[in-house]
Amino acid sequence: MNAPLMAGEVAAGSTPVGPVLHVRDLVKSYDGPVILRSVSFSAYAGVSLAVIGANGSGKSTLLKCLIRLTDPTSGQIEMLGQDVGALGPRALRRFRSRIGVVWQKHNLVPRLSALSNVLHGVQARMSGPRSWWQWAAPAEVRAEAMACLGRVGLADKALQRVDSLSGGQQQRVAIARMLMQRPEIVLADEPDASLDPQSGEDVMRLLSDLARQDGLTLIVISHRLEHTMAFSDRIIGLAGGQITLDVPTAQADPVKLRRFFDKPPE
Amino acid sequence: MTQAIPAPPRFRHRTLTEYAVILVVIALVLTSVANTAPSLDKLERGVARLFAPSGFLMQMFPPDFSRVEHIAWKLVETLQMAVAGAALGLIFAVPFAILATDRLSPHPAVKIVARGLIAFFRTVPDLVWAIFFIIVVGLGPAAGVLALMIDKIGFAGRFFAEAMEEADTGPQDALRAIGASRMGIIFSAVFPACLPSFTATSLFALEKSVRGSAALGLVGAGGIGVDLKVAFDLFNYDEALTIILMMLVLVVAVEQASSWIRAKLI
Repeated sequence: MNAPLMAGEVAAGSTPVGPVLHVRDLVKSYDGPVILRSVSFSAYAGVSLAVIGANGSGKSTLLKCLIRLTDPTSGQIEMLGQDVGALGPRALRRFRSRIGVVWQKHNLVPRLSALSNVLHGVQARMSGPRSWWQWAAPAEVRAEAMACLGRVGLADKALQRVDSLSGGQQQRVAIARMLMQRPEIVLADEPDASLDPQSGEDVMRLLSDLARQDGLTLIVISHRLEHTMAFSDRIIGLAGGQITLDVPTAQADPVKLRRFFDKPPE
Repeated sequence: MTQAIPAPPRFRHRTLTEYAVILVVIALVLTSVANTAPSLDKLERGVARLFAPSGFLMQMFPPDFSRVEHIAWKLVETLQMAVAGAALGLIFAVPFAILATDRLSPHPAVKIVARGLIAFFRTVPDLVWAIFFIIVVGLGPAAGVLALMIDKIGFAGRFFAEAMEEADTGPQDALRAIGASRMGIIFSAVFPACLPSFTATSLFALEKSVRGSAALGLVGAGGIGVDLKVAFDLFNYDEALTIILMMLVLVVAVEQASSWIRAKLI
């Protein structure tokens, strides 16, 4: 963590590889207002990248463009060796199954157990009733889901309904579901936003530790300066839909970063 | 001395069109009543006949319980028709409802067709469906079950679709982002979220089905209604009263049981 990594460099111990994500001249506008103007950056395998920016700077839109939850107006996105913009519906589904997403809101199915929710992650590679409910799943899938729950420290809550868990626990179940997916890249959109400060920090630490253990690339939208400094290797800052900052975290000056967190007065 | 504040006009000024609409409505009500409602002396004579010593009401009392066992068995058949009709209707309502939703329907044209069919099934009364199915499968309970089924597809299809439209879209989007199939999303996110609403709708459908099934026999579609019609045709008004009372007991019992289950489950 916090190792000074320059663009093109690779996490310690691994062989040098190219970027797992390469964004070139990305533009996104909604019939008039331009959200992203010519955004270009790269992310490298095993590196944790924090995206920061004030409200309305385009961070969430950028994340949505990366997995085509919204279509970019122009520009190119290359992720995991695929031209994301050129994917047809089936290929897009296969591509998305390789990307783990942790949302601001946990987006779990409230009336189901933690185990069933985690098990849904297997739908990235398995379909049919065996992937719908924990009681219908094959033993090895249930075991893997239990292992994922164990990694987020909630194995003892497996059969509890998720709407009976605390906010922090729910977000950890969502992280376990993401692990179940066996993703190659993890995108996180302010996963700590709806949590109290302590739970938020726990969730960020957990996410960052898990990504490091599995050698995953983590791209996290962050809205807390202290989390950005603690849990990222590199920081890119968005302002007015453009990247105005791109530094390794170790070389970042917290005072200069502060302007990316200033919220405009309501 | 305080100055008198002028009071606002008693009536709002209305346009000529508004007056015209009011006149048309009044004319519609008056002509309808004049043409179809019974005249006062007709009502008077009718009521007098009802209470005459040889009249209908007098002949109803005391109710004739001599054939109570036969009637009880016909009631069981009526209940079985209701349960079968409701169960089949609810099962077929689910796919219709899925196709009728904005988010889950595979194509807008499919959605319009599904919505149209649901509305059609609901609008045509179950007695008319019963006459139609008597032509198709002949007299007896089978026609009644089919009529109840079609009526229930119309009833439950609409409420199932509404429940699915109202379900939180977050979990569905999260599964879509994982790469889950449409069926996966429906079974693991939509149905669990809609379960309380589906249960309530199903119990209402059963109640409606029980009430409906009692009348279907009047046109020959099986159940207790056949006996009721025969009793009336043969002027066995005391037996007719027994049938009506026993139907009442059945309907009230089913309604009580259903509201008890609803309260327990939801």
